[in-house]
Amino acid sequence: MSLIKQDDRITVDTFLEGIWRENPVFVMMLGMCPVLAVTNSAINALAMGLATAFVLVASSLLVSLFRNLIPSEVRIATYIVIISTFVTIVDYTMQALSQEVYNALGAFIQLIVVNCIILGRAEACASRNKPLKSMVNAAGMGLGFTLALLCLGVVREILGSGSLFGLPLFSEQFQPWVVMVLPPGGFLVLGGWLLFFEWLKTRKQYA
Amino acid sequence: MSKKHIVLHTAPHVKKPQDVPTIMRNVVYALLPIVAFAVYQFGISVLALVIVTTLACLGTERFFNWMGNKPSSLSDWSSTISGILLALTLPPGFPLWMAAVAGIAGIAIGKAVFGGIGYNVFNPALVGRAFVQAAFPVAITTWTPAFFTGRFSEFVPSSLTAPFMMPPETAEWVKQVAVDGFTGATPLSLHKFQHISTAPFDLYTGMVAGSAGETSALLILVCGLYLVIRKMMNWQIPAWIFVGVVATSGVLYLINPEKFADPVFMLFSGGLMLGAMFMASDMVGSPLTPKGVMIYGLLIGFLTVLIRQFGSLSEGIMYAILLGNAMTPLIDTWTQPRLFGARRKSA
Amino acid sequence: MSGRNSTAMIATLGFVTALSGFLIVTVFQATKPAIEENKRLAIQKTVLEVIKGATADKHFIINEKGELLEAVPGMKGINVYAGYDAQGKLVGVAAEGSAQGYSGSVDTIYAYTPACECITGIKVIKQTETPGLGDKVITDKHFVANFDKLEAKVNAAGDALANAIVAVKHGAKQNPWEIDAISGATISSKAIAKGLNNSAQDVLPKVVPLLPQIEGAQP
Repeated sequence: MSLIKQDDRITVDTFLEGIWRENPVFVMMLGMCPVLAVTNSAINALAMGLATAFVLVASSLLVSLFRNLIPSEVRIATYIVIISTFVTIVDYTMQALSQEVYNALGAFIQLIVVNCIILGRAEACASRNKPLKSMVNAAGMGLGFTLALLCLGVVREILGSGSLFGLPLFSEQFQPWVVMVLPPGGFLVLGGWLLFFEWLKTRKQYA
Repeated sequence: MSKKHIVLHTAPHVKKPQDVPTIMRNVVYALLPIVAFAVYQFGISVLALVIVTTLACLGTERFFNWMGNKPSSLSDWSSTISGILLALTLPPGFPLWMAAVAGIAGIAIGKAVFGGIGYNVFNPALVGRAFVQAAFPVAITTWTPAFFTGRFSEFVPSSLTAPFMMPPETAEWVKQVAVDGFTGATPLSLHKFQHISTAPFDLYTGMVAGSAGETSALLILVCGLYLVIRKMMNWQIPAWIFVGVVATSGVLYLINPEKFADPVFMLFSGGLMLGAMFMASDMVGSPLTPKGVMIYGLLIGFLTVLIRQFGSLSEGIMYAILLGNAMTPLIDTWTQPRLFGARRKSA
Repeated sequence: MSGRNSTAMIATLGFVTALSGFLIVTVFQATKPAIEENKRLAIQKTVLEVIKGATADKHFIINEKGELLEAVPGMKGINVYAGYDAQGKLVGVAAEGSAQGYSGSVDTIYAYTPACECITGIKVIKQTETPGLGDKVITDKHFVANFDKLEAKVNAAGDALANAIVAVKHGAKQNPWEIDAISGATISSKAIAKGLNNSAQDVLPKVVPLLPQIEGAQP
């Protein structure tokens, strides 16, 4: 068995880590592709976030269950097989639930396979911890990812289409900021959020 | 007898203080006649436009000073210049709230995030314009006529659009006030989409549609010369841009005069004069070496013509300068002068 | 750590893959009916929207020989959707058009009304045009009004349209078969016209002789 002494305790931090201190988007800067590509509306961001969170939790459970059986030489291959299984499941489920959201997300659902957050969690957490702890941690990460996507999606949808979750917020005369639903808008809003969080942290340090 | 002191000093023997605020203040002086002409031409809408963009730029600069716990940098005049230049590149009837967005975006993503004056890669005014070009593509290509009656007492209806709202249709209003034959298209787009040429004289004097401060090529040239004479601007930058434009459009014109515009038209239409004189020559974003300046100028001139003739936009100077800005660090690296006596590195 | 030999590796991979296959097949079987239903509903919604006055629809396929067949999944040919009103009378026929726009293909479904021999509705189902400019083809009321009654008569020989559908410069529409383009979005407007024309030239001459058969096949 592993020589490193395991800390099996599940603390609040196991869950909260992924939301704030090690937020996959705003702190670790992982999985940037879906972050920039599918956050042009809040509903897309939410669907993408939840899909990723599901794959994250489910694959963490499986990897953690088999962590002592998987030979380290083929571990990456095994993780990828497990992850892609759940991605395929999400793919079908999303099609069955809403054709519209599925069309909007396009290839990015399939691309969850290569989202480094998931492989990263499998390697760094699930393969070393008991199932329950891995799942709690993965759920935190998934939630953190979803919240980050929502942060971008909400701003981009309000400015870019004048609505939130498809509901119009302003009168018909609202002037949409076209750039916000285009790729540059993703970069600008992400940059804005990063600046904001960095500024908060720096303020805390000096205060 | 008292001792006489002889002051000994090595070169350089500076005669007059030429620090950043002095130069910047003089640039503002040089811009004022252009602003005055724009106000005379388009009325109080443009005056409001200049005030709004300048305040937006100054406010944003101050905000980022506060965010970074730094002393105020408003007194170096650079944000004032960005504000004025930005206003001059916008259409006269541009909604004021969008102009404020342009000013904020220009200083925030064009200057503050790089670390303020001296560190910005791109010209902040052009970054602001590029942002609103991408955000509000319709409003930024809606032109209103010059010299309409009552321009000193009433605003262009689209100027006073409520924040975040769509500007009203100006077509009806234009019909009421317009001088005969106003089509709402700039000389460049007229040429590009309808193959109509504009008389050169109108281009020199500014009797055409266009952005607030880009219409009179002659006035911009004179104001630019003031800075050149006071040695506050590198005259080689605009000169090389003009060479680049004339050469590229000249070749195209020789190939097919039916399809492509002649070099004189290219030189005096659109925002080329304003961009070349006041934006490309910005000290921060342009190369240092003479050879670098040549490459930079020719590149901008070439790209401008390329975008104007083959791109989907009718004006290309903005993106050409921004691309030139982006190339500057690379150009500077390529064209470092060799130390005297040093051997050329063998490849 | 567990064994270094290849048997263990193969066994693990084999086991995980088998488990994976089992999960996927289960989910696929479970979601298949819902997915097909969703797809059908999406098409039905579009067809009923585009054929004004229709309350029921039926999907046909015209095969290479020009025969009309009721659509079965996997069948090849031209898709034709018929719309019937509450009394079961045929009100219109919808078909698909597609052409290259400013930045990618613009796909449409349009409705042909036999009574006036004209196109009476159009719906853009897929486009990637510039937001704010090219996507006006969906929102611009003046442009959409082009398709209230756009002539699409089949010629005397019955092999093409009498007049090709074309987009003309904004404000220059003179004939009932012309589409008044949006100023500033000419390329996108032309793409719609081209898609309509290409499809109508091919489909309508085939559909018109089959109309009685479609009428008779009411649901």
